[in-house]
Amino acid sequence: MEDCKKILVLGSGALKIGESGEFDYSGSQALKALREEGKFTILINPNIATVQTSEGIADVIYYLPVTPEFVEKVIIKEKPDAILLAFGGQTALNCGVALHKMGILKKYNIKVLGTPVEAIINTEDRELFAEMMHKIGVKTAKSVAVNNIDEALKVVREIGYPVIVRAAYTLGGLGSGFCANDDELRRLAESAFSYSPQILIEKSLKGWKEIEYEVVRDRYDNCITVCNMENFDPLGIHTGESVVVAPSQTLSDHEYHLLRSIAIKIVRNVGIVGECNVQYALDPESDDYRVIEVNARLSRSSALASKATGYPLAAVAAKLGLGYGLDEIPNAVTKVTKACFEPALDYVVCKIPRWDLGKFEGVSKLIGSSMKSVGEVMSIGRTFEEAIQKGLRMVGQGMHGFTGNTITIPDLDFELNNPTDKRLAAIEIAFDRGYTVDRLHDMTKIDKWFLARLENIHLLKLELAKCASLEQIPQALLLEAKQMGYSDYQIGKIVIKDNIDPHKKALEVRKYRQKLGIKPVVKQIDTLAGEYPAQTNYLYITYNGTENDVDFNHDGKSVIVLGSGAYRIGSSVEFDWCGVAAVKKIQEMGYRAIMINYNPETVSTDYDICDRLFFDELTLERVLDIYEMEQPKGVIVSTGGQIPNNLALLLDKQGVNILGTPAKSIDMAEDRQKFSEMCDSLGIDQPRWKELTDIKDIYSFVDEVGLPVLIRPSYVLSGAAMRVVESRDELENALKNAAVVSQEHPVVVTEFLQRAKEVEIDAVAQRGVIKCYAISEHIEYAGVHSGDATVVFPAQKLYYETIRRIKKISKQIAQTLNISGPFNIQFLAKDNSLRVIECNLRASRSFPFVSKITKFNFIGMATEIMLGKEVEPYGKTFADIDYVGVKSSQFSFARLLKADPVLGVDMASTGEVACIGDNYHAALLKSMLSVGHRIPDKNKGVLISSGSAKSKVDLLDASRMLKAKGYKLYATGGTADFLAANGIESEVLHWPDTGKSPNVIDYLSNHKIDLVINIPKNNTARELENGHKIRRTAIDFNIPLITNARLASAYIYSVCQIGVENLKIKPWNEY
Amino acid sequence: MKKAILKLADGSEYEGLSFGYEKSVAGELVFYTAMTGYPESLTDPSYKGQILIPTYPMIGNYGVPGDEKTNGVSNFYESDKIQCSALVISNYSERYSHWDSKKSLGDWLKEWQVPGICGIDTRALTKKLREYGSMSGKIIFDNEDIPFYDPNQDNLVAMVSTKDITTYGSGKYKVLMVDCGMKNNILRCLLKHDVTIKRVPWNYDFINEDYDGLFISNGPGDPAKCTETVEHIKKALKEDRPIMGICLGNQLLALAAGATTYKLKYGHRSHNQPVLIPGTHRCFITSQNHGYAIDDKTIPSDWETMFINLNDGTNEGIRHKEKPFFSTQFHPEASSGPVDTESLFAEFFNNMVKYKNR
Repeated sequence: MEDCKKILVLGSGALKIGESGEFDYSGSQALKALREEGKFTILINPNIATVQTSEGIADVIYYLPVTPEFVEKVIIKEKPDAILLAFGGQTALNCGVALHKMGILKKYNIKVLGTPVEAIINTEDRELFAEMMHKIGVKTAKSVAVNNIDEALKVVREIGYPVIVRAAYTLGGLGSGFCANDDELRRLAESAFSYSPQILIEKSLKGWKEIEYEVVRDRYDNCITVCNMENFDPLGIHTGESVVVAPSQTLSDHEYHLLRSIAIKIVRNVGIVGECNVQYALDPESDDYRVIEVNARLSRSSALASKATGYPLAAVAAKLGLGYGLDEIPNAVTKVTKACFEPALDYVVCKIPRWDLGKFEGVSKLIGSSMKSVGEVMSIGRTFEEAIQKGLRMVGQGMHGFTGNTITIPDLDFELNNPTDKRLAAIEIAFDRGYTVDRLHDMTKIDKWFLARLENIHLLKLELAKCASLEQIPQALLLEAKQMGYSDYQIGKIVIKDNIDPHKKALEVRKYRQKLGIKPVVKQIDTLAGEYPAQTNYLYITYNGTENDVDFNHDGKSVIVLGSGAYRIGSSVEFDWCGVAAVKKIQEMGYRAIMINYNPETVSTDYDICDRLFFDELTLERVLDIYEMEQPKGVIVSTGGQIPNNLALLLDKQGVNILGTPAKSIDMAEDRQKFSEMCDSLGIDQPRWKELTDIKDIYSFVDEVGLPVLIRPSYVLSGAAMRVVESRDELENALKNAAVVSQEHPVVVTEFLQRAKEVEIDAVAQRGVIKCYAISEHIEYAGVHSGDATVVFPAQKLYYETIRRIKKISKQIAQTLNISGPFNIQFLAKDNSLRVIECNLRASRSFPFVSKITKFNFIGMATEIMLGKEVEPYGKTFADIDYVGVKSSQFSFARLLKADPVLGVDMASTGEVACIGDNYHAALLKSMLSVGHRIPDKNKGVLISSGSAKSKVDLLDASRMLKAKGYKLYATGGTADFLAANGIESEVLHWPDTGKSPNVIDYLSNHKIDLVINIPKNNTARELENGHKIRRTAIDFNIPLITNARLASAYIYSVCQIGVENLKIKPWNEY
Repeated sequence: MKKAILKLADGSEYEGLSFGYEKSVAGELVFYTAMTGYPESLTDPSYKGQILIPTYPMIGNYGVPGDEKTNGVSNFYESDKIQCSALVISNYSERYSHWDSKKSLGDWLKEWQVPGICGIDTRALTKKLREYGSMSGKIIFDNEDIPFYDPNQDNLVAMVSTKDITTYGSGKYKVLMVDCGMKNNILRCLLKHDVTIKRVPWNYDFINEDYDGLFISNGPGDPAKCTETVEHIKKALKEDRPIMGICLGNQLLALAAGATTYKLKYGHRSHNQPVLIPGTHRCFITSQNHGYAIDDKTIPSDWETMFINLNDGTNEGIRHKEKPFFSTQFHPEASSGPVDTESLFAEFFNNMVKYKNR
């Protein structure tokens, strides 16, 4: 056993594309495992919305950047004797490797638990890894560098066609492509050599199967593979972008075990102690394979494998790090067997990614070798059809399953050959048009087995469509439809021809189906496919079975909590924290907590968190199924974000007991019209707005309130298609786009206040009386989505008058809506006016933030209220808090090629962090450094391109400070003139489109600039083009970028006046 | 698809749909939890007389390969035919996909006149069988009822063992293979070494044969039925020529040494069974398929436990303390299943080398 008492764990920081909630799961499990062993744990993670940064998980928590600089400071303060690097994604791993290379770990005598750092380095370095694999006779996808066409042809003689040609040293895949013969190779190589003196030739594995194994090894050299997974999408599509199934479906036993034994061989040779992921390409025409990648840490795939099998990979990996053998760790599910085994599944899971590409300007929708998805779902069924249809609904992007959708694909063949996030919809349309499985396979390279299974779903739709009415569906056909994962909604839509509300149709199907005795059953996930008895509470629902695995108590002592579904822009780990906090409180109060959720990247879907976990859909149909089986005390809909919130009214109408705020009140807050009328009657101001369906009315309304205006569709969380328009032209353009939206939802036009402050209140009320609240303010002016804004709590710069009025309005609203539970109101404050812009009768994104800053769990109190306990008001006001919390947003623009990294009314951030400081600027500096900013290098310069006259003024002091600190300032023309006029010297850089030098782009690409302040000025084409180029180049060359003048100014103040060296290294509990 | 009824000895009935041959059959119901390997399992002679229930719900996904042979041994099948009496699954993949598949699972079952039914809640069935141990069952077509059948009353080994003597390979070291229902992959694993294998029937008296190593194969049913084989092994134990046994072979070796066997409450039928070398932390994941086990307490003093099952502590192999005799309850030849313990064949081979060059 490792002799260590104090262990440092590195978290993964903010959620970003490629590094999401899965590391909250893995870190939380590891910390729990370490505590079980009596170890003292220290966590560094600035992601305040996570479960792992909550009380009771680690002994000490630092909300600080996971960078070598800060980690060293924590090491000096805490003197840990060991460190875990494998539980915080690539962020923690990179930081750990850097600490090792800098000699810091050695200097402070800190032992790395689990896989040694050298082994990690061997897997991270492509050359070293390929060499190592070659030595042990394992084939890798290796590329060969060549300097001329003859060399290229020679290489191909060895590796065979088809090959991929890549130009070395270029960004964005210039000059790359596939070649199937000498002619194509000559042509492409010639072009590639024009970009680069060297090209890389690689065997093309396009269309091969992509297979993954999760391997665990202990210090005694025992190896197991916990799970294998098969990508539905062929190689060429990143595994994070692929639909993934577990276990593999199309591999023979020979192939399964061939790849399994190679994975074990690799893991032994690398020297893993803990968990490792091995990715393969497998030839669909033979058993030839290539190793693509090895991840010597917990990964997104391992989180998925963990949820797919019920095997607690992260907890086991942590214990192996402490020196246990696999034979010594109990199987957490069966309790009677050991962790040294390989789970047997008697179900199939499907992982489906969730994209939000529609939220970004300019980004390509094609999916390929880089990851763009922001979240994922996992669905469980006993047939592929059942699982995939569940999953497509879970993703929440307008699909009701594989069939019954109204998605249109402009060019079907193009879509099938060039997949996007709509490819599954395209396949169904292709079946409708008579495409065969063979033809689709030729176009998509998706294995025929998957396509045939999808066609089964399609063929059943045709059978259903033949039924003239519900009563004409034969019992056997209806059962078959349910076994293939059809929802009542889908069946209703296909069969019931009357023009009635589809939700009503679904309920009719439900009634008819129940009359025929067609009901789902509950099955357990027990890791051993029923071979041994297991006391597992990990459940899913299926129609492919006749018997329930569990009994139901019906004692009124259980409470259902609805989870938050797939992470997406606008709804992320913060709601998982809320759900877990509710579950904990429910259990504390002596009830059994039942969680329904389907997001594999969460802590709420760890079966040891709750009394029962239904890993299943958050739809009316499924929640009713579970409600009818469990007959609980009630359902909590207010801790899971917008998905449960939207279900509230539907559930209420079906007689479900919604705990807390009445469903009618939720509807009143959600429905713009009703809410507005309520505000009017209470004398509460809102920005003027109108819901309009006629273009003419829109123009006359705009004439009335004046430009700019905000236009958006109703009933969406983060306002897709929402934008501010500043001119008549823009309005016309926007309306052209909105026309598509207005058929289903009218366009909402709202007056837009410029330079208004945005303020939020997070509160909890009991029967309309506020019991606790927190008021925070945004650094940016309104116009930046509240999910992208930098939020300060307690608010530091509000008038007392404003605060008093916020409290008064909130009281009125709480009372009128008879709120019992969490809620959030957003205000615009300008001069002496205060207007309400949004009100949500549910926990908001900032609940974990304010709960952790105040050290008072808002959700805990809300849950007590929802379960009927009388609570005392929380005594402290924010004036009592003598420190400041600042929440910053994390953007993932680097992953989204060509996307314009500019902020607007639509949310674009993928995650957030929050840090605590003794004052506002210290907290802001920590927070900004935690989302990837860095103190600009003095040997380089700062580029300022300060936009409109107002933002130029906003940045004047900041520019002066930079100059005084000794930074070299670069500026674009207008900005330079303005600075000069104010006595600040700067070097002019020309706009990208002038072609003149010195040009901004050259300075950026030559890394002469280490911070870019680019404030968009107006929406003219030239401004947009030039601004976009500057912003995009900054992102592509990894140069920190700020596009908001208020934030830039505050940040520069913090950099110049506080400085990193003066930041205090204090854990949460010392504030 | 035609309807069929699965009847259990406890009186319960399940309705399924036929995708294989349509005839009523009876047998012993057994489940296995492996997620791959149905062509291997169906041709495994150890399943003789049994109605097989894979717990993985979708079966038939990758079709069935052809029966091409190398060195007289089928490339993909574990014997020359489907051995089990019937197959009961949850969901059938009529449309299969694999580069080396030649036919669908349903067509293959029809070819060998073996029924296959789908649409059964195999998890519910598995839980029931787990609690009852094994149970008799029958599949009824067109109300053509037949009596239940307990295969363990028959000498199954005699039914599946080879009738002829066959030689494989032309290597230096001579292996005498006692075929009690041997899986072909045992041959394939041995043939990777410099050996010649002489395969003989289960009751063949081999003691005067010229061989360097004795191999006792796997096979179906109750080891107590193989008294003849046990008598022959007893004689071999008096000598020093290396012996290796697998599964039923393990039990027969134990019986010959003087230990006893018993029927397990929960049989082991999966690819994920962990076995431990006693006194160490060394574990292996193994493929298993057995309902009987050696009673550890009855192992004679000149023998020792070689492996134990990490889940339930039952015996997984024995070894003679001085002589080169060992056997395993699990299947180092895998097929189907993990290949982590294939090195045991090398150990057997090395024992032969040592013996011959002593």
